[in-house]
Amino acid sequence: MSADNENKVIISVKDLCKHYNGGEIKALDGITTDIKKGEVVVVIGPSGSGKSTFLRSLNLLERPTSGTITFEGQDITSPSTNINKLRQNMGMVFQHFNLFPHLTIMKNMTLAPMKLRGLSKEEAEKKALELLAKVGLQDRASAYPSQLSGGQKQRIAIVRALAMDPEVMLFDEPTSALDPEMVGEVLEVMKNLAKAGMTMVCVTHEMGFAREVGTRVIFMDCGKIIEENTPEEIFTNPQNERLQTFLKKVL
Amino acid sequence: MYTKKANLILIVGIIALVLSVFPGAGLICAVFGLVLYAANKAVRTSIRADIGRGLSIIALLVNLVLITYILLFRHLDNAPAWLLSLRESFYATKFYGEFENNFLIDKRYTYISKGLGVTFEVTFFAVLLGIALGVIVALVRSSYDTLKEELKGGFGKAILYILYKICGVYLTVIRGTPVVVQLMIIYFVIFASSNNKILVAVLAFGINSGAYVAEIIRGGIESVDKGQFEAGRSLGFGYVRTMTFIIIPQAFKTVLPALANEFIVLIKETSVSGYVGLQELTKGGDIIRSRTYSAFMPLIAVAIIYLLIVIFFSWIVSLLERRLKSSER
Repeated sequence: MSADNENKVIISVKDLCKHYNGGEIKALDGITTDIKKGEVVVVIGPSGSGKSTFLRSLNLLERPTSGTITFEGQDITSPSTNINKLRQNMGMVFQHFNLFPHLTIMKNMTLAPMKLRGLSKEEAEKKALELLAKVGLQDRASAYPSQLSGGQKQRIAIVRALAMDPEVMLFDEPTSALDPEMVGEVLEVMKNLAKAGMTMVCVTHEMGFAREVGTRVIFMDCGKIIEENTPEEIFTNPQNERLQTFLKKVL
Repeated sequence: MYTKKANLILIVGIIALVLSVFPGAGLICAVFGLVLYAANKAVRTSIRADIGRGLSIIALLVNLVLITYILLFRHLDNAPAWLLSLRESFYATKFYGEFENNFLIDKRYTYISKGLGVTFEVTFFAVLLGIALGVIVALVRSSYDTLKEELKGGFGKAILYILYKICGVYLTVIRGTPVVVQLMIIYFVIFASSNNKILVAVLAFGINSGAYVAEIIRGGIESVDKGQFEAGRSLGFGYVRTMTFIIIPQAFKTVLPALANEFIVLIKETSVSGYVGLQELTKGGDIIRSRTYSAFMPLIAVAIIYLLIVIFFSWIVSLLERRLKSSER
């Protein structure tokens, strides 16, 4: 991969605002940032800081009040954009997994590739099995989500998103709903994904993950980006007072 | 293993039903099935055993009716004298006189049997119409709720808004007026020129039931976790495909028992069709009453028939609920 390619901006966010109650509550208050190919951007901040809203705005699960988001050169906030097409290139992993409980793991993973990418059943299943093998769950293909542990569900949720070959993966607090002993297995999968060069935006409370895997950390509070830097700098040399108090509490 | 016994009870139930062709044998088989069920407590957790018991009970009832019929009315060769004299003394009772007068003379039982057929016909088509209407209305209402933010103005939103409002009026009017009044309005006002009473009844009860079904289905759609919808959309599915592949299959499971109950309610509701002169089950019983001036037998007979139908379908619904629950594990 050339250096030029590595610096390519995939998602460009400009002046993003999300207001509720006619501007009374500002969940997002003028967010501007670029996400480049291969980056692992970790978003941290206290609860209610707008970090989840920011992440969910990136694939328009939240409709921003104003501002623009450009994904692969297309303004996705414009009404004429086919958002369904764009979402196919943005995988998303949720806090509560959101696996489809009425479908087997295999069907969870092959539904979207078959219906949206036009893969045949054999192709989709072959791919799903490869991905399942990567997260060590190939033997659970015929199980239903309710038969899996939380950590297994989240690993499945990650590979379900990966089955669509996304350009970017969005993680919305992927380990927050897990029992402590299951956090490690999910972070391991995410680490491997980062190593493989996937562009990732990750809202998390796992500071260890942010430090070890992140290429950039964004600290948000009150709907604004307060500080943005390499993990090194953020954790060893925080500039803003609010970041300093936040880190004191969580570390 | 109790599954073997459960299977046995199921098979005995089926055989009992088939053996009803030979009433005595069917009766013995049905009793055998019920004893088996009563003797094995462990078996009661099994749906198959419950189905078997239900079939045995049905076979038992059928056999008892058939045996009574044969003993009382069929010509019996070489019948013992005491039986024939018993029969004669039964014929002399007041009870039998009433029975004969209400059901046998002029084949009056056909009012009941034909009426039952009409009741089933109206209910069946009304259920189909009700479900079709209900699904459409529920989809319009819930899609407006979820899409109003996504559709930023424009033609599509205007249409959806108008449909949403129409559905709102439909629900308010239908649920706010008695079904008898709706039935009479459709028959005497809207279809004043037509005399197709079954069609009118199907329309009236279908439209009425649609309003309730719509709310049941909407409740089901809303009971599906919002995260499911987001997961579908985030994979790239549009609204319609997210609904068809992800939301509706899950909602269907939760609403199935409620829908089946709506069907049971509908069967009983059709009894008011007599207001427009449709000869369904209730009206059939009422006609007999007006011919014979004796109310007890025809009305009780009608009540028993409704009761048996409702018990039967309630049983089916309870099996369905258990089946759905067991597949959640």
